[in-house]
Amino acid sequence: MLIDSILTLTTFVPTAGAVVVALLPRKGRIIQWWTLLVSVVTFLLTLHLPAHFIYGQSGFQFEENYAWIANPAIRYHLGVDGISMWLVVLTGFLAVAGCLASWKTVETRTKEFYFFFLLQQTAMIGVFVALDMFLYYGFWELSLVPMAILIAMFGKERGPKTALKFFTYTFIPSALFLVAILYLYAKTGTFDYVKLQQALTANGSLFTADALGWVSLAFLVAFAVKVPVFPLHGWLSDTITDAPTAMAMVVAGKLGLYSILRFNLGLFPAQARAIAPLMIALSVIGLLYGACIALVQRDMKRLVAYSILSHLSFCTLGIFSFALSGLNGAVYQILNHGLSGSAMLILIGILYNRYGTYELSEYGGLAAKTPWLVTLFVITTLSLIGLPMLNGFVGEFLVLSGSYAHHAGWIFAATIGVILGAAYMLSMVQKIFYGPESAMITRHSVADLGFREHVILWPMAILMLVMGVASPYWIKAINGAVTGLADTATQTVTYTADHLPADHLPADHLLEKR
Amino acid sequence: MNTTPQILRILPEVILTLVGVIIMLVEPLIAKSSSRKPLGWFSVLGVIAALAGSLYQYQLPSGTAYFGTVQTDPFSIFFHVLIAGIVLASLLIALDSAPDSTPFLGEYFALVCFGAVGMMLMSSAVELLLVFIGLEISSISTYILAGFRRKSAKAPESSIKYFLLGSFATAFFLYGIALVFGATGTTDISGIAQALGSSTTPMLALIGVSMMLIGLGFKVSAAPFQVWTPDVYEGAASPVVALMSTGPKVAAFAVLLRVLYGAVPALHLHWVPLLWLLAALSMTVGNLGALRQKNVKRMLAYSSIAHAGYLLVAFTALSADGIAAASFYAVSYAAMNVGVFAVVSHAGGYDDRLTLIEDYKGLAYRSPLLGGAMGFFLISLIGIPFTGGFFGKFYVFSAAIHSGFVWLAVIGLINSGIAAYYYLRVLAAIYSKPAESSPVMAVPAATLPLLLALLITVASTLILGIAPGRILAQAKAAAATYPVINPDADSAAVAGR
Repeated sequence: MLIDSILTLTTFVPTAGAVVVALLPRKGRIIQWWTLLVSVVTFLLTLHLPAHFIYGQSGFQFEENYAWIANPAIRYHLGVDGISMWLVVLTGFLAVAGCLASWKTVETRTKEFYFFFLLQQTAMIGVFVALDMFLYYGFWELSLVPMAILIAMFGKERGPKTALKFFTYTFIPSALFLVAILYLYAKTGTFDYVKLQQALTANGSLFTADALGWVSLAFLVAFAVKVPVFPLHGWLSDTITDAPTAMAMVVAGKLGLYSILRFNLGLFPAQARAIAPLMIALSVIGLLYGACIALVQRDMKRLVAYSILSHLSFCTLGIFSFALSGLNGAVYQILNHGLSGSAMLILIGILYNRYGTYELSEYGGLAAKTPWLVTLFVITTLSLIGLPMLNGFVGEFLVLSGSYAHHAGWIFAATIGVILGAAYMLSMVQKIFYGPESAMITRHSVADLGFREHVILWPMAILMLVMGVASPYWIKAINGAVTGLADTATQTVTYTADHLPADHLPADHLLEKR
Repeated sequence: MNTTPQILRILPEVILTLVGVIIMLVEPLIAKSSSRKPLGWFSVLGVIAALAGSLYQYQLPSGTAYFGTVQTDPFSIFFHVLIAGIVLASLLIALDSAPDSTPFLGEYFALVCFGAVGMMLMSSAVELLLVFIGLEISSISTYILAGFRRKSAKAPESSIKYFLLGSFATAFFLYGIALVFGATGTTDISGIAQALGSSTTPMLALIGVSMMLIGLGFKVSAAPFQVWTPDVYEGAASPVVALMSTGPKVAAFAVLLRVLYGAVPALHLHWVPLLWLLAALSMTVGNLGALRQKNVKRMLAYSSIAHAGYLLVAFTALSADGIAAASFYAVSYAAMNVGVFAVVSHAGGYDDRLTLIEDYKGLAYRSPLLGGAMGFFLISLIGIPFTGGFFGKFYVFSAAIHSGFVWLAVIGLINSGIAAYYYLRVLAAIYSKPAESSPVMAVPAATLPLLLALLITVASTLILGIAPGRILAQAKAAAATYPVINPDADSAAVAGR
């Protein structure tokens, strides 16, 4: 059954849930159960999208387009394509995981927590589905607020400071981003993404090249801060460290990367290509820099924070390669990272919950005591470092192979980053789980994973495997959407079976190319 | 001339004057020991009646009365309704936080009503002398209100400072009127516009207009005429600040629109750069000043300077959108600012128990309702989407960019980025854990008048952000009162600045 206005439902069910949370009594676990119910419903609603998605059809699907405000001409325009669809599903999935992960870690101020948690879901889904610049900007900015408030509330004694840092870091570039949106509106008279795209391609004389350059730069900087791209990552490590797990899972990556794909590549392809060499350089630097810093961290949450910087740089590398497989890989990597990175944050959250510290040196020899935990931890680690058969490999491989033709030097450096990635992740596993048992581990005897934790982590682990071996299922949709963004004119990478493992490319796509 | 009874043109003013006079007459009859609050509720009813009276004026055809001195048109009604709303909310705030023992509480309510009459007259007067009278009525009421808390050392300082600088500004305004009269031979707004075309001394008129700009600049606390603002706001009781940071400012903005767009549109090449400068300065000075404040009321004072700057940005747009944006921004600014002062005056009380940002730590823990409301207003003041503050800013800067003032928009929006920092400090404080002995723990539970005031302000802020359609339409109707200034060839020169 095809539900009308499915996107509106998906976007605003969490808000409706949040309103109910505000009215619920603070008794027992009513609020948690309710939030879980809302998250599950939202997730099921997001699954409606891939079930009814029409592959091979270009443009947006499930569109809803109504006038909202007559003048300025603002429309309520929603829609998804192959890029955003899976991101919406990912958001729905992580909401359930986040809710379960917070079940016992958030014991006080639950009403505030789950209220803002649900509001955050609306903001993020909204970012992915909005096709009107005004609406999009609304969700984009809105996504800062619950995050900042929750960091301030739950971030130990440094919380308020971190919240301020996070907010101002992302808000100030967004102000210039708004100027750029308004400028586009002044020139084209529309906020609608589709119309804007037409106006920009059809009517080049509307803008001077300079103006468009500045406009696209304003867009890019706002998004790059949110990803974050090196050197705009100043907020990242504190934010990841101080945010509650459910929030840290979603704070970096997908929103910014999606926006770069959608707007910088979609609206300003020429400007994006002009700045690509710089972005590729920054990506590779970020990749190596993040990896090097992660290598020397003693605090595992900080280590994961820098690994996030490193992993996300892969995505920007793929995006700005403009090769089809690079773009496919980048989008796939966003999904992978959303999944595996979140699993990693949940896992170290579990450790913190049991031992109350992120300090690596305190741990050691935990493997014998918690066999389930170590199993899942290792699977997640392997997924993050890109072991074949698991999801991380597909994304990294596509990115590296796609970009290789034009940027061999940079790609060489990036592969060093991959090796460093394996080094810091594995040495973290080694320090926590193997070696002699540390005093702390001996002193506290803790339980292995509980039922709730199994319920969160196993689906994630299974997905890592499935996404590793059955990637065409996802790439089928992604490929359709990114084909228009890729460099078709100067396509030098040929997609043949000997360049890419066959199971990592959609079959119909291979046929097309031949 | 027209068949509409003249008194209907000043209906809201008449109602409020009567209410004020009745309060003054009844006040001495009430026993000294008994509460004056019923008088407050009476004034609330009076303001609601005035609000209804203003809305009723939509039925009347636009036109003037009393020898062409007052005019009812969509513009005047728009501002009447807004001022009535502000006064209504601020009376409720006073009912909530002023203790029964406050001396002369009855007069307080009467003064608010008289002040409202002045503000309303300012927005409907089309004769500069009547504008001046309205300005004086509103100013004198607010001077007294600023010093109402006699026992506090800061209140008389606040009142005197406001009075001295305010009268200085009024003098400038009056002198400006005289010069304009000298140049055009009339003090009638539309008369000036006509006479200006044939005036032999347009420079004189320009100087006059600049003088008026200085006078009104003081009233709206635009930089560089803003110095009084933080001291006065700090010294005055919070319910009074709720009123005077919005009501008289909104009225002064109405006058400014009336004068610039109604009387001297022909001089726009000269006044647009001036307003550009005022806007850029106010935004920057306001926000940079606010960054350093530790006292919440002083911070909000600087923030109000910055918001005056945002509003002035709309003036430069010269289009109907510009006037509509200014009017819209006035509404959204009023809603969120009165709202934030509603919380401040309840939490801090009449005698300012909470002053520093630190003191607000944990307000949301003490009372989720108060904390949430304050958080919401702060978010709107920052300009986060789906609030009135955002849509106002969005509309203002959109109008400015449409007219080619991209740099002004860049300055403004970077400013709003900086502003986020100081609002967030308060927001973070509200949501962080309070200390055991924190003063917020003593914040009393919300009372009925406070709940009503919060309901009005939260609802308006939210509606302005999510479904601004109807208010936008009214703002546009208000803007249509003025002839469109043609962005002709020479406006390209202005745009280049």
